[in-house]
Formats: sequence, C-alpha cells, structure tokens
Amino acid sequence: MIEIKNVSKKFGKLQALDKLNLTLQQGECVALIGPNGCGKTTLIKSILGMVLPDEGEIIFNGKSIKHDINYRNEIGYMPQIGRYPENMTIGQVLELIKGIRDGHQETDKELYEQFLIATMLEKKMRTLSGGTTQKVSAVLAFLFRPKVLILDEPTAGLDPIAALILKDKILKAKEQGCLILITSHLLNELEDIVSEILFMQEGKLILHDSVDRLKELTGEDSIARSIVHLLKENGHV
Amino acid sequence: MFKVLKYVALDIFRNKIIIAYTLMLALFSWSAFALEDNVAKGLLTELNIILLTVPLFSVLFSTIYVYNSSEFIELLVSHPVKRNVIWTALFVGLSLSMVGAFIISTGIPIIIFADFATGLMMIVAGSVLSVIFVAIAFLSSIMARDKAKGIGISIILWLYFALLFDGLVLFLFLQFSDYPIEKFVVMLSALSPIDLCRILVLLRLDVSAMMGMTGAVFKDFFGTGGGLAVSFLLLLMWIAVPYGISLRKFKHRDL
Repeated sequence: MIEIKNVSKKFGKLQALDKLNLTLQQGECVALIGPNGCGKTTLIKSILGMVLPDEGEIIFNGKSIKHDINYRNEIGYMPQIGRYPENMTIGQVLELIKGIRDGHQETDKELYEQFLIATMLEKKMRTLSGGTTQKVSAVLAFLFRPKVLILDEPTAGLDPIAALILKDKILKAKEQGCLILITSHLLNELEDIVSEILFMQEGKLILHDSVDRLKELTGEDSIARSIVHLLKENGHV
Repeated sequence: MFKVLKYVALDIFRNKIIIAYTLMLALFSWSAFALEDNVAKGLLTELNIILLTVPLFSVLFSTIYVYNSSEFIELLVSHPVKRNVIWTALFVGLSLSMVGAFIISTGIPIIIFADFATGLMMIVAGSVLSVIFVAIAFLSSIMARDKAKGIGISIILWLYFALLFDGLVLFLFLQFSDYPIEKFVVMLSALSPIDLCRILVLLRLDVSAMMGMTGAVFKDFFGTGGGLAVSFLLLLMWIAVPYGISLRKFKHRDL
C-alpha cells in the first residue's frame, strides 16, 4: 500500500533519512521506533508530503505522491505536537477540515463523543491544554474513516482514561483492516496493538520484522526485551 | 480554494488591527480634505498617505500575518489541499482586505472631493501598492524562517522603496545633471513601484510642470496611453514576480 523507495533527506548536515526502502501493506499495524532524532517524524512527514525528500520516491497505492494530493484523503494523521491556528475554536477547526475533505462518507464520531468534544466547541485552540489538543488531533485523525492511520506519539500527553479510549479505537481500526503506522517510546503500550516492528537509527532502517517472528527469534516475551536483545546482538547498543 | 479563502478572509476581518487601520486612514483622509481649503493641497496630503503609510502597513501586517499562519498552513498541508491553494488563499485574502480597508477609508473621501479621473488614478495607485506590498511581504516571509528576520527584511525593503530609492535617483540626477539623463530616469523609476505610482498621480495633479525638463519627459512617456499601459504592466509585474518567487519557494519548503 505504501512503498518507500530509496528515500533520502538531509537537513543541513544532518542526514534525517538515508536511502530508506520500505513497504507497508494493508492490515498491518506497524510500530516505528528508534532513538530521538533518528528520522521517524521525518519519514512520517515525507509520507504526508509535508517534507519533500531530496531523493527517492514514495508510492501510495501504486501512484507516486509527488504531484498528487488526493491520496491524503485516505490518511488520518495525528501529529506529535498538534499546532492549530490560535484564534480558531475547536468547532471552527473541525468545520474547516470537514469542508476541505469532501464529505461523502459518514464521519466517524466515536472519539468525538467519547472525548466530550461537543462540550468544548467554543473554546479557542490557544486556551487548550496539551492533552485536549491531542484529543482534537485524535478526533481529526479518525473522523473520515481513513484506510491509513499515521499516529505520531498518539498517547503522549493524554490522561490515562483518554489514552485507553484511543488505544481501543486503534485496535478497532486494526480489526477493520486499516494500515496503522504508529510511533511511540512507550514500548509496553504498543505490546498488544502492533504486529510489525520497524526500528530506525540515524535515518536508516535497522530492523523490519513481525512481532511474532521477533519474539521467536530472540526467545524473549516482550517487544521491548526482544528489541534490546537483538540490538545487543548486532552491536547497535 | 474558496473554503480556505473564506476562513482566511473571516480571520483577517475579525482582526482588530485591520479595523484600527481603516479608521485611522479614514480619519487622516477626511481631515486632509476638511482642514485644507483647497482640494489640490488635500490631494497632496492624500498622496503622501498612499505612498508611505499604505505600503508600510500593508507590508508589515502581511509579513506578521503570514508568520502567524504557520499553524494554519501546517494543519492544512497534511490534508488533501494543494500547497498553491493555501498560499494563494492567504495572498488573495490579505490583498482583498488591504484593498478593502484602503478603499473604504481613503477611496470614499477622494471620490467625493477630487475630480473623477484624478481620484480614480489615486485609488488605483493605492490599491495596486497595497497588493504589491502584500506580495513583497510574502517574499520576505518565505526568505527567512525567523520572524524577526522576516519583519526586518520587510521594513528594509519598504525603506528602500519609499525613501532610499528616491534619494538614489536624486543623487544620480545631481551628479549627472550636465548630461541628458531624463530618459534614463524614466527607466529608473520603473524599478520602484512607489516612484512609478508617484509619477502617475503627480502627472494627473498637473504639478508636473514644476518638475521642469524631467517633468516634460515624464509627461511625454507616462501621459500617453501606451506609457500608461506600460506602467500598469510594470506594476502588475511588481505583484507577479515577488509572489511568483514566494510561491515557488513555498511549494518546495519542508514544513
């Protein structure tokens, strides 16, 4: 579904992505992990067309994304730090995005209701706490029933109850066959969600394997342990 | 496009600074005509407002607005919206509100007090200058990621076009006054939109006679239909070129 071919990106001297090759299939739930500054967010932003790679090609459903925007109709994106126009209210932001996406299909209001967004529609984005902003981001990501979900640190800043609601929602999307790309530093939180692991370091892909195989290979019982095991073995740590 | 433009326009119209600007310009314009006993003097005051205040406000407000829209841009870019739609909507929204504020505040008294042809020329000059300086603001805000730097570039560009350029032309004029450089000066004036507008309006005000030989050359060139067409073409270029460059840069920018 998403194919990343030989993608490189440099920010000044920093090599954020280094000849990255990667294929993601429908129905997978992929955890993108790696140390800070290893290029996770750059990779995500490249897929969304926010960062333009220096080299290489990204192919979405068989079509290059270079001169296309319609593929973004299929993506729900939740940024790490949601930045919204400060004077707009939550209601206005939702209206704006609904207006931009052609609203043919019924919107998914589940998170909207569970996070009680309706009670805060008049609040300005400027006045929101980090957690509430994350809730708005989450609602927007799931609102249009996207086939691909890209979640950058989705639970960071959310209170435990909201994080649980979001996690359930991610699991539901997984059952519906969405491709989910998720980054998180909380490995044990990913444990029961993800089916594949992508490990990046200094812009390179170190590891891409399914969780089951990984555990089998290393003989460990959790994702965190098996990754540490593997990295030690390969001399990366 | 229209949905994005609608949000931009609504946001700008809600901005209190734009309202204050409109009121201030209106106050200046009405008092310029009401306090002077002769319309020609009032028009000269108006001309100074058009040539100095309008571009300054236009360029500063737009630069700051573009920087403050970074969140808005970031929000839209991850959705199926073309980058040039976002940038154009911002540009059109800002241009419309600048021109709107100018016409409401300054255009009405000018039409009431001045004769129609002169008034029209002044209104067109003021409107075009507003848009040109919005375009220049877009260029300077895409040139620097840092807000203070961008605003600095805007102010420097305004200073250059509004004050320095004039000084340079005058300096050249004095240095080479022994040579027939009038035609050269006509060409030179095209390099600054403010000077171009100043000449166009001054010729209408019939004070060009006071500008001596140069005035005559100006009248020969800018007074004719062809000259007028050329100068408006140049003014449009002053919108298209800075905006075009900024759009190209924006399309290739990492957000």
